[in-house]
Amino acid sequence: MDAKTFDIDEVQNIFKNVEQKPGSKKPDPIILAKKVVRKFGGLTAVDVDHLEIQRGSITALIGPNGAGKSTFFNLLTSFDQADGGKWFFNKEDITKISPNKLAQKGLVRTFQLTKALSRLSVLDNARLGAKNQIGESLFAALFKPLWIKRELEVTKQAEDTLAQFNLLEKKSDFAGSLSGGQRKLLEMARALMLKPEMIMLDEPMAGVNPALKQSLLGHIKNIRKKGTTVLFVEHDMDMVHDISDWVIVMAQGKIIAEGPPSLVMKNSDVIDAYLGSHHKTFLTEDGKSLATDETQ
Amino acid sequence: MDIVFVLEQALTQSIGIQAIIYCLAAAGLNIQFGYTGLLNFGQVAFMIVGGYSIAATVLSFGGSFWTALVVGIISSLILSLILGLPTLRLRADYLAIVTIATSEILRLVVRSVALREWFGGVNGLNGKFAAQFYALNPYQSGIGIGPINFSQNDSWVVTIGWILVAIVILITFLLTRSPWGRILKGIREDEEAIRSLGKSVYWYKMQALMLGGVMGTLAGFIFAIASQSVQPDSYVPDVTFFAYTILLLGGAARVFGPVVGSIIFWFLLVFIGQTLDQTISAGYIPFLTSTQVGPIRFIFVGIGLMCLIIFRPQGIFGDRKELALGGR
Ligand SMILES: Nc1ncnc2c1ncn2[C@@H]1O[C@H](COP(=O)(O)OP(=O)(O)OP(=O)(O)O)[C@@H](O)[C@H]1O
Ligand SMILES: [Mg+2]
Repeated sequence: MDAKTFDIDEVQNIFKNVEQKPGSKKPDPIILAKKVVRKFGGLTAVDVDHLEIQRGSITALIGPNGAGKSTFFNLLTSFDQADGGKWFFNKEDITKISPNKLAQKGLVRTFQLTKALSRLSVLDNARLGAKNQIGESLFAALFKPLWIKRELEVTKQAEDTLAQFNLLEKKSDFAGSLSGGQRKLLEMARALMLKPEMIMLDEPMAGVNPALKQSLLGHIKNIRKKGTTVLFVEHDMDMVHDISDWVIVMAQGKIIAEGPPSLVMKNSDVIDAYLGSHHKTFLTEDGKSLATDETQ
Repeated sequence: MDIVFVLEQALTQSIGIQAIIYCLAAAGLNIQFGYTGLLNFGQVAFMIVGGYSIAATVLSFGGSFWTALVVGIISSLILSLILGLPTLRLRADYLAIVTIATSEILRLVVRSVALREWFGGVNGLNGKFAAQFYALNPYQSGIGIGPINFSQNDSWVVTIGWILVAIVILITFLLTRSPWGRILKGIREDEEAIRSLGKSVYWYKMQALMLGGVMGTLAGFIFAIASQSVQPDSYVPDVTFFAYTILLLGGAARVFGPVVGSIIFWFLLVFIGQTLDQTISAGYIPFLTSTQVGPIRFIFVGIGLMCLIIFRPQGIFGDRKELALGGR
């Protein structure tokens, strides 16, 4: 990853020229997805026609429960198999790549249901995220002098990262003894240990207390400042408002709106999606048909 | 009743050849199951590979004993590949099913009439196939440590056997404190998380399967060498389950678990067996005969195991707090 940093104003300027409609083109997309479909039996969980994520931005993916956000995350990161479509990371086709290769290439994700490694210490959890540890190969592992130097660097990096997430005092505890919110933090810290080019966070703030949320927001902004692209799913609209440059709205598997946070929330399709457009359309359609019935 | 004799027997067996064999087999399971969470229910298959590689290479193909060892290790690695390639991408339970089936298939294959020419059918292979090993025996007579006594040949097997155990335990120690071992433990906890961190889970599982399999093959070597014979029906699935018992007794994912487990297991088994034997022949238990001792001692072991699981589920060395965190 280069040391290129991103100026927030610069990024927001980029979005000034981006069309506010689903599937709009971005000047420099880091992710490009085309015709991504995932069906579970009769249910089409994801049906994304075209989506681009701007490099260097913080993009929020929002939508009601069951909209298909997590499924879409799983598809992009190969944790689930799609029924169709193609997607690219840095212009490279990653449709069939394995999840571990993708992480090595710099696209790292966290999970909505946290995956803390219970019977490993918090520190070991974080250290597992580190790259270039030769001691992770079977033969080198036998000889401590080969990997101890890197191990000390990794430990230092892990401790610094844990400190940012208020987990340093817990470093010797088993991760299984952490609270739900702390696990979220640990998972984010662990993902950041890879120094990813892009990070995808599935509900990073769920269960995190308000005071810590504020400092986490700061961290996410910092990550971006260092050049990492952030895509996150979140239900907390204040947070979405606060840190995202761009918001993508998903409902019933489809992208229904895109735009800057302040405007997208006012979009009538979005409001419908959240408050249940189903119900409303049904009523009006029904009302219409009744009306036509009467005139006949 | 001769309590001194009973104790002598039990102590001898607790550090004897059987204890060594099971310790090596359990050490392999410790890598696979204890650290990586791989359910290998066919560890005895790797012992078959070890035993029959030596016996068949020497007796049926005229190779040297040393070639036979190499053949054994290579065959063991190939067996791991065959087991792992189709199953390691699937859920953990599939490996369990495939391994237990494979161990039975292997036993029936070496037992078959069609291959009798090479593997000796039901009778197995008997002959001085480990002569080159015993030729190196430095002991002029059997060794004895206090009440423990081994014959001249057994002394040599026991010496080499414990050296092998020491090497295997040292390797386990070195690996499990390393970053490599950390990944294995991570896979045991949640393999998707490890995958999301950019590690090739599949390849690590394969390495664990191979390493643990080679340890099982070493157990098979010692088993065959000690008796200079291999018999298909001594490689039944029970062997694998005794090895698991030993692992859980000592504590899974503990470096010394297999050693402690094996010593205690064999001490208790022999102690109970001999005690029963003596009390029956002395007429204290009129409703039992000495032929029933064999099965009855396993009943006692079973009761002991149940107590262990209820009162100390983490094994002798394990950490209960740690156990409570695991899903298993
Ligand atoms: N493994 C599965 N099998 C069957 N249906 C599934 C599966 N995973 C998801 N679904 C369905 O797909 C739809 C989308 O689910 P998804 O988890 O992607 O929603 P989401 O947008 O992440 O919701 P939330 O905000 O509640 O996390 C839901 O209707 C869900 O029931
Ligand atoms: Mg979700």
